[in-house]
Amino acid sequence: MLSDFPTYSLSNHFKMRHANLVESFQSILPTESVLYETEDLKPYECDGLSAYRQLPMIAVLPGNEAEIIEILKICEAEKIPVVARGAGTGLSGGALPHADGVLLSLAKLNEILEIDPVACTARVQPGVRNLAISEAAEAYGLYYAPDPSSQIACTIGGNVAENSGGVHCLKYGLTVHNILKLRVLTIEGDVLEIGSEALDSPGFDLLALMSGSEGMLGIITEITVKLLPIPEAAQLVMAAFDDIEKAGAAVANIIRAGIVPAGLEMMDKMTIAAVEAFIHAGYDPDAAAIVLCESDGSNEAVAEEIEKIRGIMRESGAVRIDTARGEAERRRFWAGRKAAFPAAGRVSPDYYCMDGTIPRKHLAEVLRRIEDLSSEFGLRCMNVFHAGDGNLHPLILYDANRSGELEKAEAFGARILEICIEAGGSLTGEHGVGIEKLNQMCLQFGDAERDLFHAVKAAFDPDSLLNPGKAIPSLHRCAEFGAMHVHRGDEQFPDLPRF
Amino acid sequence: MEAIVEHLTECVVKANENKQALCIRGGGSKDFYGNPKGLHDSKLETGPYRGIVDYDPTELVVSVRAGTPLNELESLLSEHGQMLAFEPPGFNETATLGGCIASGLSGPRRAYNGAARDFVLGIKLLDGQGRILNFGGRVMKNVAGYDVSRLMTGAMGTLGVLLEVSLKVLPKPETERTLCFELPVEQALETMRRCAGQTLPVSATCHIDRRLYIRLSGIESAVDAAHVKLGGDEFGDNLSFWESIKNQTHPFFRDNKRLWRLSVKPTAPPFSITCEQAIEWGGALRWFAAAKDYDATAVRAQAEKAGGHATLFRGNDPSIPAFHPLQPALLKIHQRLKRQFDPVGIFNPRRLYPEF
Ligand SMILES: Cc1cc2nc3c(=O)[nH]c(=O)nc-3n(C[C@H](O)[C@H](O)[C@H](O)COP(=O)(O)OP(=O)(O)OC[C@H]3O[C@@H](n4cnc5c(N)ncnc54)[C@H](O)[C@@H]3O)c2cc1C
Ligand SMILES: Cc1cc2nc3c(=O)[nH]c(=O)nc-3n(C[C@H](O)[C@H](O)[C@H](O)COP(=O)(O)OP(=O)(O)OC[C@H]3O[C@@H](n4cnc5c(N)ncnc54)[C@H](O)[C@@H]3O)c2cc1C
Repeated sequence: MLSDFPTYSLSNHFKMRHANLVESFQSILPTESVLYETEDLKPYECDGLSAYRQLPMIAVLPGNEAEIIEILKICEAEKIPVVARGAGTGLSGGALPHADGVLLSLAKLNEILEIDPVACTARVQPGVRNLAISEAAEAYGLYYAPDPSSQIACTIGGNVAENSGGVHCLKYGLTVHNILKLRVLTIEGDVLEIGSEALDSPGFDLLALMSGSEGMLGIITEITVKLLPIPEAAQLVMAAFDDIEKAGAAVANIIRAGIVPAGLEMMDKMTIAAVEAFIHAGYDPDAAAIVLCESDGSNEAVAEEIEKIRGIMRESGAVRIDTARGEAERRRFWAGRKAAFPAAGRVSPDYYCMDGTIPRKHLAEVLRRIEDLSSEFGLRCMNVFHAGDGNLHPLILYDANRSGELEKAEAFGARILEICIEAGGSLTGEHGVGIEKLNQMCLQFGDAERDLFHAVKAAFDPDSLLNPGKAIPSLHRCAEFGAMHVHRGDEQFPDLPRF
Repeated sequence: MEAIVEHLTECVVKANENKQALCIRGGGSKDFYGNPKGLHDSKLETGPYRGIVDYDPTELVVSVRAGTPLNELESLLSEHGQMLAFEPPGFNETATLGGCIASGLSGPRRAYNGAARDFVLGIKLLDGQGRILNFGGRVMKNVAGYDVSRLMTGAMGTLGVLLEVSLKVLPKPETERTLCFELPVEQALETMRRCAGQTLPVSATCHIDRRLYIRLSGIESAVDAAHVKLGGDEFGDNLSFWESIKNQTHPFFRDNKRLWRLSVKPTAPPFSITCEQAIEWGGALRWFAAAKDYDATAVRAQAEKAGGHATLFRGNDPSIPAFHPLQPALLKIHQRLKRQFDPVGIFNPRRLYPEF
């Protein structure tokens, strides 16, 4: 909860320490790479989850790995918390600064170091934007598969730290499936070479452990990613349904038929309307839901698979089935899906994006429960999801200027996550826990699991200086949350937050 | 089944009290693999904890108890037209799923569909303090907490006992065909790389006995088109050939030689060595069937130069660590993780590295 996050007032002791630190950083970095005035720090006060804001004590913008090593040395010696930041598009407050800490921006490390077209790999710095990799690889007929909707802005370092996915990850996997090697700096000053250019490495799978570690285990300074050949053909089917349950069934039927589509996405009525008004993607405005299903590969395979997909859509009761006529229309259909979040921003002053995952078979039931909650809280909710892998993105619409609405939106969101956990799913599929979902972590995991998570962190960062307080709640916090949670049924307004 | 878990937990708790090492054993099919076990370690048999917990073909997920024979799981999936896409080697009838995940080995399809770790979605774990823990789950995407499930894959049982594993499964391809080419090693490697740079339905490659085998899997029309593009003769005995590579019953692996496994950058040039070699995974996996006195340091140096590492896969020798030594900074992290999961050090001590 927002109000949980501590803010500090500047004591004299703090000011002294502050001045000394600025000096230390200035001695190792160019002057313009050390920011400490409030107006300079403002751009770093939040990430994509802008309801949470906090100025860091200092922000540093190193230009190379050697400078990062020096920065970490100072922070380790002074026991100063360090929060890494890529592009700040994260949606769970992962890059939210620490009031008493240093914000470490990786934005200046934005070089593509090498593309090896024969091995199909790219070696890049962490601040390189996701899309920039595919753009650079295109000359060789290659691309980087994970494509978060934020790909024009988000960095590959942030992608690794969140294990980000995209609309094509049903077939091509998440970030963890598409990286080969990392250079990681520990807070103790060690350089870890994790993974290799081979397909596996000796010892424990630390590459998996780093993926989704939310900046809590080490600072990623170099990434080698896998590149794939750009498919010979790609084709997209848009199917409209007059009933969202039928759309859900169509998704299950495609999987049951043994097809692994390159993308399988779904949007509800309100999302369709918002997207149409925003970018005119060409979706059926009367539909209760649409399903986008893409096939890619060789010409023959795509032609045959698209026919199968159309057949399944028909049998599942689609009221309209369009196959994209040409590449421009295919791109437009996708552009609509990828613009769902900004489209929400146009129909409502604020929106709150959730990220639960569920087994696909519970889709219809979970959607019904979200609808019930929507009327209960009196807040509209748009539903857009990576249907193929059961990853929901309910977008709760609210107005932060109306007193109490943010709190209501948060309580609504918390209930959605609890429903996902009850359905056997997870509270986050790709956006991470950050600061946002700490309470729900108490529900998804028991004390022993959380204890082990803290133990994993301690193995890398014994003093807990890297992004402290994020991702894994303390045992104490969960004890408090648990006590509140069980009492909720007895309260007068059980769904209003009481923090 | 509850009683078995209770028994396993009790063994772990007792071992902890007595500081007694435990050798976790599934089917014992991979006893040959890794550093030799301590003579006095007691065995912790996971074999009795078997059975499918949950299988829902439309979710593409199966949850299995660790002692379940790999054969049994694979035939169940096959009945529903699905498979473990990492094509795990069983080596023999006794292999269990737990052993297969713990050893993290993947078969011929690995370079094209992913490794064992890529399909692990969740686990139930018995840790060094006798606690039963759940990580991950049965959903495709899950970034809540650190990825402990994948961390267990390939840890050789040194971090805890796997009780249950949830895996993503995939539909079996509609059709499979193997093409065979008579080619020297240089050209074979070149062909493998050319395949990787295009959209072709390749699902396995192997160069052995001066022949390059390419397996195509997928929709019939796509396999036909790829066959036309690549040329080559269709090799009749598709299934048993790849079985013999996966389970190492092919004569190349059979003889009682020392077998080195080099996992390298796929574009690494052919190694100039005197012993026989086989190549898989589009060039990323190279097997050396070497004489006993083949110099371990030299093999490891070659592997490192080629961007990878070398494992002494068979014919292990107490004087040669089975797994490639770790850089000091990485070893430090490994030792610390080991201490966190297994403070007293009871699980499979030294099976992975002499240091823990
Ligand atoms: C409109 C919109 C659409 C989005 N769509 C998707 C989507 O489709 N799929 C998806 O998965 N996500 C999506 N996101 C979320 C977000 O873009 C991703 O989480 C992305 O990976 C964050 O990258 P970033 O560079 O902005 O990281 P930041 O937000 O700056 O940081 C994210 C986390 O990573 C850590 N971090 C960053 N760089 C490093 C580093 N070099 N070393 C160690 N830790 C580091 C930070 O400390 C923080 O914990 C979307 C966000 C927006 C705003
Ligand atoms: C090329 C190749 C050749 C092979 N040749 C053979 C062969 O000839 N004979 C053969 O038997 N196998 C062979 N194997 C490997 C092996 O058969 C398979 O990997 C098998 O699936 C292992 O299962 P298991 O139950 O027999 O494992 P085990 O051999 O019992 O165990 C393997 C490892 O996993 C650990 N482990 C087992 N179960 C668990 C658990 N539940 N939790 C935690 N750790 C656990 C063990 O401690 C051990 O470290 C070969 C593998 C390869 C790649």
